[in-house]
Amino acid sequence: MSTPRYSIPGSAPSVPPRDPEGPGAAIAQAPDAMERARSVAAVLAESQVEQVLADLDRDLVGLAPVKQRIRDIAALLVIDKLRMNLGLQAETPSMHMSFTGNPGTGKTTVALRMAEILHRLGYVRKGHLVAVTRDDLVGQYIGHTAPKTKEVLKKAMGGVLFIDEAYYLYRPENERDYGQEAIEILLQVMENQRDDLVVILAGYKDRMETFFRSNPGLSSRIAHHLDFPDYSVDELQQIAERMLAQRHYRFGAGAREIFHQYLERRIQQPHFANARSVRNALDRARLRQASRLFAERDRELGRDDLTTLLPADLLASRVFAEGSAGEATP
Amino acid sequence: MITNPTGRITQGQFSFLPDLTDDEITAQIEYGLRKGYAWSVEYTDDPHPRNTYWDMFGMPMFDLRDAAGVMQELRECRKTFQGHYIRMVAFDSTRGIESITMSFIVNRPPTEPGFGLERQEAEGRTLRYTVKSYATDRPENERYS
Ligand SMILES: Nc1ncnc2c1ncn2[C@@H]1O[C@H](COP(=O)(O)OP(=O)(O)OP(=O)(O)O)[C@@H](O)[C@H]1O
Ligand SMILES: [Mg+2]
Repeated sequence: MSTPRYSIPGSAPSVPPRDPEGPGAAIAQAPDAMERARSVAAVLAESQVEQVLADLDRDLVGLAPVKQRIRDIAALLVIDKLRMNLGLQAETPSMHMSFTGNPGTGKTTVALRMAEILHRLGYVRKGHLVAVTRDDLVGQYIGHTAPKTKEVLKKAMGGVLFIDEAYYLYRPENERDYGQEAIEILLQVMENQRDDLVVILAGYKDRMETFFRSNPGLSSRIAHHLDFPDYSVDELQQIAERMLAQRHYRFGAGAREIFHQYLERRIQQPHFANARSVRNALDRARLRQASRLFAERDRELGRDDLTTLLPADLLASRVFAEGSAGEATP
Repeated sequence: MITNPTGRITQGQFSFLPDLTDDEITAQIEYGLRKGYAWSVEYTDDPHPRNTYWDMFGMPMFDLRDAAGVMQELRECRKTFQGHYIRMVAFDSTRGIESITMSFIVNRPPTEPGFGLERQEAEGRTLRYTVKSYATDRPENERYS
């Protein structure tokens, strides 16, 4: 092949060093208003994060300590942004978190909001949430785990990876368990690719503590531990009212008080799952309401009939059956 | 023309341009992801222009939201197949389209020796012409080292 008499870019055998101001640099970051922000108000206005914080406050009942921590984290991110703009800080802070709390205390719900907050503040690029459990990360045979874990990590990049019941990754009773391999890959990504994704580990408090004690490497990479308290009966009642309102139902005369009694009994019983139990109880009440209305074939059903839950729909629950100690089922 | 003045094989998008930087590759991948394409990484050390089906490096990546995951796969492929051709391929799975929509080379061997013209004498005075890469005289995986 003869040497050409003209040159085409890139054809020279010795490639000159790349121009730092070249096209790549231009694509990487166009200077935007966020980079120029010098005050908290400017960052807040630019990121629109206050809207998400306000929604969180409004939509979720209770959870005061969690909401406070989220505000603190948002404040930290805003100030870090300002520091970065002035060149005081180069490295992004670690944002990996653990959410501990009993079932149905809102961990998954808050994780979704967290992803949105991190996205608005520019900490993650896309802001989606990928929720997984052990089965999505750990394989069945040798050589199966690493590709599986990496696959999930790739999907989560640019957003938040939410690992529910994270302690199942670690099975000390089986020393050849593949979970350890998944943990090691996670550790590496959590350390080296902070810009690419945020990991949230979730689970019950005591089991998470044991898990962290046996995996100090994981625990030391987690910057924020958020504990989700159980809801009080009054909070559960409020959650119930909201869930009903969302679906265009309401408590009829006396039903509110009956539901309060129901909650007082239900929280004493095993398998109580906070807000999720409320949701399930309401679903069963809707079922009974439907059967009740269904029985009256010829009656013309108005708006009120179709939206109202009566005391009878609640009283039929097993929780009210005398001497019952088991799980409440229809 | 199969031999071209740059001495580099040219196929897919951008192959007459200087090599894309990683930032530029990332920007292309982002563009594809925004369009809903699934990216995959493919490699070969047989540069023949009719070599359409390159080897796949892992599965096509469906359901990704961010280029970081695709770039990680590319980095791994570069580590494993240093002196090979590597290309990024975007697949549009939309019903009725279901085909490759983007494809560009992101890694090349340090030197590309080009192609020789081969003549085969056939019946009568017929001549058949074909091209053969000088690199493929050597066995797979030893072609560009
Ligand atoms: N504070 C709250 N206000 C209103 N609804 C809530 C609240 N907390 C939880 N819920 C509702 O309760 C349900 C269960 O919540 P979620 O799935 O977030 O719990 P979880 O802590 O992830 O449970 P698990 O540990 O079992 O996965 C959801 O439907 C959610 O909308
Ligand atoms: Mg959950």
